[in-house]
Amino acid sequence: MRLAAVDRQLAGVSLALMAYGLVVLYSAGQTDVPTQGAGVWQRQFVWFGVGLAAAWVVFNTSPRLLEWMTPAIYGFSLFLLGLVLVVGTGAGTAASSHSWLAIGGHPIGQPSELAKVATVLMLARYLSSRREPPRSLRDLAVPGLIVGAPFLLVMKQPDLGSAIVFIGIFFAMLFWAGVRPRLLFLLASPCVSLLLAFSNVTWGFWIVGFTLILIAWRPYLWDGIAFWLVNVVMGVVAMPLWRRLAPYQQNRLLTFMNPEVDPRAAGYHAIQSRVAIGSGGWFGTGYTQGPQKRLAFLPEQHTDFVFSVVGEELGFVGVTVALGLFCALFVILIRIARRATDSFSSLTVFGILGIFFSHVFENVGMTVNIMPITGIPLPFFSYGGSFFVICSLCLGLAFRVAWDSRLAGYGDS
Amino acid sequence: MSGFDSYRINERARVAGWIVTGTFLILLAAFFRTQVIQHEKFQLKAETNRLRPIQLAPPRGTIFDRQGRVIAENVPGYSVKLLAPSLDSLRAVLSRFARIVPIDSAGTNEILRRYRLARYQPVMVFGDAPFEVISKLEEHRAALPGLVIQSEPKRLYPAGKAVAHLVGYVGEVTDADLENDRFPGADLGSIVGKAGLEQAYDDTLRGSEGVRYIEVNARGRLVREGASSASLPPTPGKPIRTTIDLDLQRFVDSIWPAGVRGGLVAMTPGGEVLALYSAPTYDPNAFVGGIAPALWRELNTDEAHPLLNRVMQTRYPPASPFKLAIAAMALKRGLIGFDTHMPVPCRGGLRMGNRVFRCWKKEGHGSLDLTGAVVASCDVYFYQLGLRLGLQAIVEDGVLMGFRERSGLDLKNEVSPIFPSSVAYFDKLYGPRRWSPAATTLNFSIGQGENTQTLINMVHFYQALAGSGEAVAPYLVRPGGGKPRSTGLNPEQIDGLRHALIAVVERGTAAASRHADLQVAGKTGTAQNSHGEDHGWFIGFAPADQPKIVVGGIMEFAKHGTVVAPYVIAALRRYVLGPDSTHQAPIKLKIIAPEDSAPRTLELDPDSAAMQAKAESLRAGAGINQ
Repeated sequence: MRLAAVDRQLAGVSLALMAYGLVVLYSAGQTDVPTQGAGVWQRQFVWFGVGLAAAWVVFNTSPRLLEWMTPAIYGFSLFLLGLVLVVGTGAGTAASSHSWLAIGGHPIGQPSELAKVATVLMLARYLSSRREPPRSLRDLAVPGLIVGAPFLLVMKQPDLGSAIVFIGIFFAMLFWAGVRPRLLFLLASPCVSLLLAFSNVTWGFWIVGFTLILIAWRPYLWDGIAFWLVNVVMGVVAMPLWRRLAPYQQNRLLTFMNPEVDPRAAGYHAIQSRVAIGSGGWFGTGYTQGPQKRLAFLPEQHTDFVFSVVGEELGFVGVTVALGLFCALFVILIRIARRATDSFSSLTVFGILGIFFSHVFENVGMTVNIMPITGIPLPFFSYGGSFFVICSLCLGLAFRVAWDSRLAGYGDS
Repeated sequence: MSGFDSYRINERARVAGWIVTGTFLILLAAFFRTQVIQHEKFQLKAETNRLRPIQLAPPRGTIFDRQGRVIAENVPGYSVKLLAPSLDSLRAVLSRFARIVPIDSAGTNEILRRYRLARYQPVMVFGDAPFEVISKLEEHRAALPGLVIQSEPKRLYPAGKAVAHLVGYVGEVTDADLENDRFPGADLGSIVGKAGLEQAYDDTLRGSEGVRYIEVNARGRLVREGASSASLPPTPGKPIRTTIDLDLQRFVDSIWPAGVRGGLVAMTPGGEVLALYSAPTYDPNAFVGGIAPALWRELNTDEAHPLLNRVMQTRYPPASPFKLAIAAMALKRGLIGFDTHMPVPCRGGLRMGNRVFRCWKKEGHGSLDLTGAVVASCDVYFYQLGLRLGLQAIVEDGVLMGFRERSGLDLKNEVSPIFPSSVAYFDKLYGPRRWSPAATTLNFSIGQGENTQTLINMVHFYQALAGSGEAVAPYLVRPGGGKPRSTGLNPEQIDGLRHALIAVVERGTAAASRHADLQVAGKTGTAQNSHGEDHGWFIGFAPADQPKIVVGGIMEFAKHGTVVAPYVIAALRRYVLGPDSTHQAPIKLKIIAPEDSAPRTLELDPDSAAMQAKAESLRAGAGINQ
């Protein structure tokens, strides 16, 4: 039967993650002081239903139809991103940004979430339509535009976290499309140059090393010159660019280096999160019992910092289980992408992996201070309607691709 | 698309798998480091995050008198504190608070000021709240988040205003105190002694604070009072036993005339202080739990300076009681005996060059011997005695007898008397040759001039006359251990001076206060006061033959020493004869002659015609007989 062909591993892992997420979300609302998160687990149940429905719809949609609709979806999401810059409202921690679309004062969702999926689809459609993977900078112009447009619009909101996800999608999908790792490295080099420009010495070493790499690898001449020039320009504009960042963005990056710089304001999240996680120990303080959470020392404990609740209450063991489930999900998605019937489906699933991966790494990483703090939710754990629905939708897509390949007999190769 | 052949895609899948696994391991390592390796550090941070310490005040040590009666003790009281996350929320809670229990705006400002000093600790609202206030607040607890009511020992002085200057008072340690480390071991919010015994023996009495934890949430709001963490009980202060006779102390307070400023101190010849009283007095209980700002202002701006301890913090010209010091100097140096007469008999004044130094008795005393001169307090006799001694000797012996030093009483903030260290002092003060040694000598001979003494220091001198000629420093708790002061007189000379002092009360200037049942020795004095009426002195001891107690009293603006004598003698009788003694001899407040007013010197400056004219007119007006 049709349903028998559903990927059971994917079903098992995703249901486990959703259940785990709901259980933690319930605990996140159990505090001694009133917080916004008190009853959100019940609302998340509603979104759980909506997500299942969305996943079901996508599961029943042919990838061909999806591929045909992709430009429209992409265009629509860009339109929403543009619209949100004009009429958008802020919410939660990022009250001053324009990331939410509201109707009649009710926030209904963040267009950037939809744009992530739309970008994955659009990029998959473009890359799969090519005969060869991109080999030169010129070949990368169109993929760059496809990701660049929503990236810039999201940066304008400003939403640094989502912008990073677009970069994650870009690199993941190019890699999966068969772009040589060297070219990906050269693509990433301007970012490295930007980061190392804080000191003349480190940047000097970088530019010399980079020149040697270019000579050794011998890319296309014009590409090589372009990469070299971009690296130099990045080194030059780094400081003016830094000054143009909003103070809160600067502070977040600075406090990432050293949270004690500003322990009451910008470093507060980083410190409190680590304190909660660190006090968890091996087995945690017990489900719903975490004192830091109960007394609301954890900021945004039902959204961006929900994983700190896992760390405090369930300890290192609980963290390992959660991360293990995510890791399993990624491995399964890789397998599905590998066995997909066509390159569009394969690239789409890998792009979805890119979305999940960047979210998990960035979100979990910031709770233990190995990533800078950006407002980015954790899939299946953080409370949030539109994001949960988008995640379910992505899973629905993966289910469809897996189902297709199994029916097509791509079983175990 | 050519990149999607199965070999290449499997290759890429493997790389992707490695990347995913690698990231997973990195994250896991980060969590391992935070949760397992650094667990204890973060555990501690989490605790300090949510637990706020509250100081538990220690009970101060009890202060007993010599018979074990209580001068200061502790009774249960309540303190009210507020824990607030921010200044604004504190203001909001205080405004609700004020509707239940009135707080004036000065009080509110004080609370806000304290809050700014230690934001993460509960701020004191009332140090000592009566039970009705506590029950009212408990009723409205729901409307007052962060309310911390704590049972705390509070100070009580059963004798109240009678012991004010003796015990002093307590109060919260100030920022300046902390900065200068005036109270070692004290912390912000500690209660310390601010005056009197409470201050002098603070380190013994204070004990050390305990601590208790309350649990707060991220916004600093109080969640639970009885937090799990163990609390540290406070260490109570140690008691002290004083030399005070509380009965005598209360008696002095009861007889002291209302509205009169002054002081009285009683001690044994051995230096044990029996009573120490200063007027006007105040109620030290008002300071417990923080004095009301209005009352504090009143105490500080009152022109009578109630907080001033007039026994040891005010200097008065020693006046006639100092004549005994002059007599002692002359006896010690062998210049005179008790039967020595001076060459010029008293005719109401003594002429020195072109000035006339008057005796207080304008009719004159005639020719007197030393005993007679002490009894009559004859100025003219002592003028001549002073001249015979010479200024040099007076200053030298004065310094030796301790008129330049504090008495050494074991209380803080005793002021030093003013007395020249040598004759060069006058050169420095007025310039060489710009002062008259003779006039200065005459002034010093009758206890005027550049010589002002505290009451305790003068009594300290009489303590030697009442004893063996030596006197150890007076003390309330522990003897000072310094070298005793010596008059340098032999027992016969001491005995002679004592007989002269007995005669003062028997038939001299204090005769009006004498009683048949107790022989008292003493000396009156009237200190010139340029700001108003003269101050009155009386220092005496009893029983005269075997002194058990020395008492000195001073009353400001009393005009005459004879006004003070009845009070001092009443105190002497109370101590020696017991409570029954005082009933039979009511104190007469009427001023009775003979007067003992120190005369003003007539200034006859030959260089100033105007001065001369003034002197002439004064002389004419006073009708002085040259």
